[in-house]
Amino acid sequence: MQNILLNIDAGTIDWSRAQFALTAIYHWLFVPLTLGLALIMGIMETCYYRTKKRFWKDTAKFWQKLFGINFAMGVATGIILEFEFGTNWSNYSWFVGDIFGAPLAVEGILAFFMESTFVAVMFFGWNKVSRGFHLASTWLTGLGATISAWWILVANAWMQYPVGCEFNPDTMRNEMVSFFDVALSPFAVDKFCHTVISSWIIGAVFTVAVSCWYLMKRREQKLAVESIKIGAVVGLIAALGAAATGHKSAQSVGEVQPMKLAAMEALYHGGTDQGLTAVAWVNPCEQPDFLNESEAPLKIEIPYALSFMATNDIHGYVPGINDILNGYTRPDGTQEPSVDEKIERGKQAIATLAEYRKAKKEGADEATLATQLSLLKDNMKYFGYGYIKDKSEVVPNIPINFWAFRIMVGLGCLFILYFAIMLLLVFDIPFLSVLTRRLLATVGLLTETEADSSNITGLPNWHYWVPIVLLPLAYIASESGWLVAEFGRQPWTIQDMLPTWVAVSDLQSSSVIITFFLFLILFTTMLAVEINILLKQIKKGPQS
Amino acid sequence: MRKDSFLYRAFDLYYDGFRHMTLGRTLWAIIIVKLIIIFAVLKVFFFPNYIKQHAEEGSEDAFVATEIIGRQ
Repeated sequence: MQNILLNIDAGTIDWSRAQFALTAIYHWLFVPLTLGLALIMGIMETCYYRTKKRFWKDTAKFWQKLFGINFAMGVATGIILEFEFGTNWSNYSWFVGDIFGAPLAVEGILAFFMESTFVAVMFFGWNKVSRGFHLASTWLTGLGATISAWWILVANAWMQYPVGCEFNPDTMRNEMVSFFDVALSPFAVDKFCHTVISSWIIGAVFTVAVSCWYLMKRREQKLAVESIKIGAVVGLIAALGAAATGHKSAQSVGEVQPMKLAAMEALYHGGTDQGLTAVAWVNPCEQPDFLNESEAPLKIEIPYALSFMATNDIHGYVPGINDILNGYTRPDGTQEPSVDEKIERGKQAIATLAEYRKAKKEGADEATLATQLSLLKDNMKYFGYGYIKDKSEVVPNIPINFWAFRIMVGLGCLFILYFAIMLLLVFDIPFLSVLTRRLLATVGLLTETEADSSNITGLPNWHYWVPIVLLPLAYIASESGWLVAEFGRQPWTIQDMLPTWVAVSDLQSSSVIITFFLFLILFTTMLAVEINILLKQIKKGPQS
Repeated sequence: MRKDSFLYRAFDLYYDGFRHMTLGRTLWAIIIVKLIIIFAVLKVFFFPNYIKQHAEEGSEDAFVATEIIGRQ
């Protein structure tokens, strides 16, 4: 953070960022399981509604109980992020206030009324309301949580792609000019689909992991087998869906945040027909010399795949880091200015803003103010670049983006493979299930006897350990996605408009350090308590 | 109040539900402790509104303008 040469303590920025990251990462441990289990328990209860069998009622109630534990633990952990906006990120908070306020208010109202109403019916309403109303309440609980996620992701997407707003130099705030542009921003839609669908993977892995634990203990076998069936179907659909929506998200990023895409790929020099890097040596501990190196060492790539991922065309043009720094011509013939040009225009915007406010205070005539406003509007798009001292400051941390992206995609592929195998093992699909069992026997993962049987109970314990090991990996994949999204947009809190060192409050770093460790203790305790209660409940089983 | 009225049934749903909670009691206790820590400790002592503390009421925009323009 060499650009912290103002009156702001460098530690304040780093610790404020670390604190926000800590809070968001912990909050995101609870949310995806809520979204994932909401779908699983909805399917379980639908099975009960359709069959009227007591077994499905007990199964649905069991998974709802685990959902309830996670839900209770996650409640209000996100509110702390809003506290941090007001204290640590006050300039940012004021600057975006009107835009952020609307989606967060809708989220708060929906979360409170919808979830609290239907959660109560779901837990207290068995035998008190009709089966149909209870089923509707279960689905609406999950829908409420998903709609909450929508509004939070709308707010996040606006920071990455600020649309539907206009900066008002009199109030120093961005004001919403189109609610629909903000709420239905294509960036928000892609982000929502990818985030929610990938959360279903966590719900599915959790379901299969818990069920496999029962199979390992030779208990609750019917519940376990039926739950694995649902978990495997949801997991495979979600993993394939996450890949498809991830492709769409990558296109959005390529369009509005090309620097993030270039950092994810360690693409120093772009062009057409770009291959996707499968592996390369990018030192995880230091920023590579992207100005002088032609490409990352030991690079093995999948031909044309990056161009396809970013543009839907295997010959598509993808700019590299140096192209973005120096300016490039887009495929449609228009010119993207260099970062140096953007810096000049940003400086012009800041100077004009200062002059406008001074002139207004001194009672300048309307014509002067109108001229300054027009000049400000012309350059406002690059406002944030006015704070950049050196063009390399706009390049995010390449190693984190590069490796987090590969971890996310690699684990995503692993989940597709795992759920596909699981699905073929638990369902007797003609030809394919037999073929899968034979293949697994050939590579030594099943014995001949096990391969001849379509029963997944009674297998050696290591089979059941696989999803239990995959569960933390599912969380790592999910958090890696967030690392790419948030590290990739650095140094911006709002893309091209406000860098972190302008957004932060002028606080003593010591006070931020204290709250950082307070949160670390609080969240870790909550996580330990949640895991403890969850494990106890799983050990008790559905009859508790 | 009639026992088959909507209001009574809604009240009974919550009343009966809360009375017969088992695991729910523990979860509610955790939620309440958590909310007390968040709102009565963290918000009050560690997370004041920075702009309200440093700017006069009605001149927040001038304060933010000084902060933002001054950091160039």
